[in-house]
Amino acid sequence: MRQTQVIIEPRRGLKWVDWKELAEYRDLFFFMVWRNIRTRYAQSALGIGWALIQPLFSMIVFTVIFGRLAKVDSNGVPYAIFSYTALVPWTYFANALTESTSSLVANANMLKKIYFPRVLLPLASLVARAVDFAIALIFLVVLMLWYRLYPTWNVLVIPLLVLILVLAASGLGLALTAMAIQYRDVAYAMNFVVQLLMYAAPVVYPTTLIPEPYRIWYALNPMVGVIEGFRSALLGTIPMPWHWIALGGLSSVAMVACGLLYFRSRERFFADVA
Amino acid sequence: MGDLAIRVERMSKLYRLGQKTANSDTLAGTLFSLAAAPVRNLRALRSLTRFDPARESESVVWALKDVTFDVKKGEVLGIIGPNGAGKSTVLKVLSRITQPTQGRAVVYGRVGSLLEVGTGFHPELTGRENIYMNGTILGMSKREIDGKFDQIVDFSGVERFLDTPVKRYSSGMQVRLAFAVAAHLDPEILIIDEVLAVGDVEFQQKCLKRMEEVSKGEGTTVLFVSHNLGAIRNLCTRTIVLMKGQIVCDDTPERAIKLIMGGRSSGSNNNTKGEGWQLRGGDGRVRIVAARVLDKYNVERESLVSGEDAIFEFQYVNSGVDVFDFSMIIFDSTGVAATSFSTLFNGSKIEASKKGVVRCVVPRLPLNIGTYNVGVMVFDRSTIYDHIPQNALSFNIPISVFYPTGQTPSFGKGLTLTDCIWDADSLS
Ligand SMILES: Nc1ncnc2c1ncn2[C@@H]1O[C@H](COP(=O)(O)OP(=O)(O)OP(=O)(O)O)[C@@H](O)[C@H]1O
Ligand SMILES: [Mg+2]
Repeated sequence: MRQTQVIIEPRRGLKWVDWKELAEYRDLFFFMVWRNIRTRYAQSALGIGWALIQPLFSMIVFTVIFGRLAKVDSNGVPYAIFSYTALVPWTYFANALTESTSSLVANANMLKKIYFPRVLLPLASLVARAVDFAIALIFLVVLMLWYRLYPTWNVLVIPLLVLILVLAASGLGLALTAMAIQYRDVAYAMNFVVQLLMYAAPVVYPTTLIPEPYRIWYALNPMVGVIEGFRSALLGTIPMPWHWIALGGLSSVAMVACGLLYFRSRERFFADVA
Repeated sequence: MGDLAIRVERMSKLYRLGQKTANSDTLAGTLFSLAAAPVRNLRALRSLTRFDPARESESVVWALKDVTFDVKKGEVLGIIGPNGAGKSTVLKVLSRITQPTQGRAVVYGRVGSLLEVGTGFHPELTGRENIYMNGTILGMSKREIDGKFDQIVDFSGVERFLDTPVKRYSSGMQVRLAFAVAAHLDPEILIIDEVLAVGDVEFQQKCLKRMEEVSKGEGTTVLFVSHNLGAIRNLCTRTIVLMKGQIVCDDTPERAIKLIMGGRSSGSNNNTKGEGWQLRGGDGRVRIVAARVLDKYNVERESLVSGEDAIFEFQYVNSGVDVFDFSMIIFDSTGVAATSFSTLFNGSKIEASKKGVVRCVVPRLPLNIGTYNVGVMVFDRSTIYDHIPQNALSFNIPISVFYPTGQTPSFGKGLTLTDCIWDADSLS
């Protein structure tokens, strides 16, 4: 809106991110994130406490069912913290993905009434969920102290893992939200697909349970490297799985590239189909 | 560029309409069409963004077709036209909300668009937070809002509720707050769509006043869509009439308004081909076929005398209706309703015949001098049989004998005339 001359004409084809424009809209982005955080737990008694309840209760249920009853292997650490360590990144991934997928539909009215870089909406959802992630992470530290598990120097890898996590969630989120605005089926499918997806990542079981020859394919799922990396760095379950992280990193970069390009190419229809 | 603010060149926009799906009346057919529904739905959804203008013509609509115009800096351009003419679409394309299908436009300067007041308002956020949210969405920076915050709050008059979630506001308060933010936007080009349609009269006056300030005082270029022809005439320096996506007139507000009102000043009123008749609605069981005005001597007229009896006469044909109600609205040349007449008010339904006339006799026609047109509706409870919203017929009133002096309120001071009695007493 601050440019002095804007040319409006039909554009098709691939577009990459317009960084300059994004920088101009940083205030709006900030308030979108803020609005997301402020309104998520509005008028609730527990408020931000809900950020903890979701992974915590999943952990309890998984520990009873998979840890006690099914006796799933947990690489030599207590099952509770084994699953909670995975649930911290997983919960972020699942929530960020669901929320960014619904972001365009939820703000359809805004899309139809005003111009702003459309990517801000799904990105704001991703960033806003970081608050929940941080809270769940703090509780992870508490759990580690409780179990007297101390991290190694490998914790320095965690920022990289978080980056992969965010990239994977944004890549998928961007593509899915661009689809969801035209095909509402995506929104309906999201709820249970995300639940099912959890079993495609080593959340309730260790990757070592996957037969060796398949692991390389399995690790194309960025969440494999992320979750096993978290466990290795914080709990010392297995040696740092660099190859899985590298594979996952590559595929998450590919996801972001495809997601963004797809999003940007569909962008021009959003206001019309919303 | 120089003194140009906006240049629009042969701009067109294609939209997809909903497609009718054939309904089957056999069970097997229904089951089959149910089973095929997902495929059909997918096709319909996909087609929303795929067009082949060469091949299809029924399921698409050109919301804009080859629209070309320039707007100079400081100009206040009104855009008027019937519903669905493409007015909002022009504004949406110029504010980059949607892309044109063909053509090109260049916008020189910082655009602020107000297609709605309160975009981005969230009911759970407080007034204060919503000011920031809405302000940044409209394109202000946080610093700008900080600087204008007190003014915005003052303007809105909701200080006391600033830290209350807006869901606890009355709807009027929400509108005031939203408008207060919008009023402090200072773009070089302001795009406004019909935002005056919300809010009470006081609020509308405030909006108009602010628009006048912005355009006259601050030299902002304004693009203004409204159905309020009075506002268009008062504010705009130039007006475009859009119909079915095309510009049919680009002229002074007066001429544009005249065109929209279908000012058929010459020829017989007994004319069923007028522009107003094309917008007609209703289920068609009753059809008005002719309309005219008669003076007190039962002579057909185009000009009436205010204060003398007048007769409005409508011929109709009817298929299968026993009784109906009949209403007519008299609009002045700016589209403002001067008064209405209805059998509903008198409580006298009309017994329908196969062919007939309805006459409405108005004793001492209480209208000010001016040009008027009439909209009519034939209906019964919830069913509308025939509806000609405007220009079913038009007439003018050059002189008045309503008051013995022949005087009437001067322009802008009233549309209707009412008897009154003056009295004065001295107080000791
Ligand atoms: N998103 C959309 N999808 C399909 N058709 C659309 C869409 N938006 C507008 N149209 C069509 O485009 C045409 C022009 O619409 P537009 O909203 O510009 O009308 P308008 O002149 O603003 O009317 P109004 O006075 O009622 O506001 C209409 O036929 C409308 O049905
Ligand atoms: Mg409109």
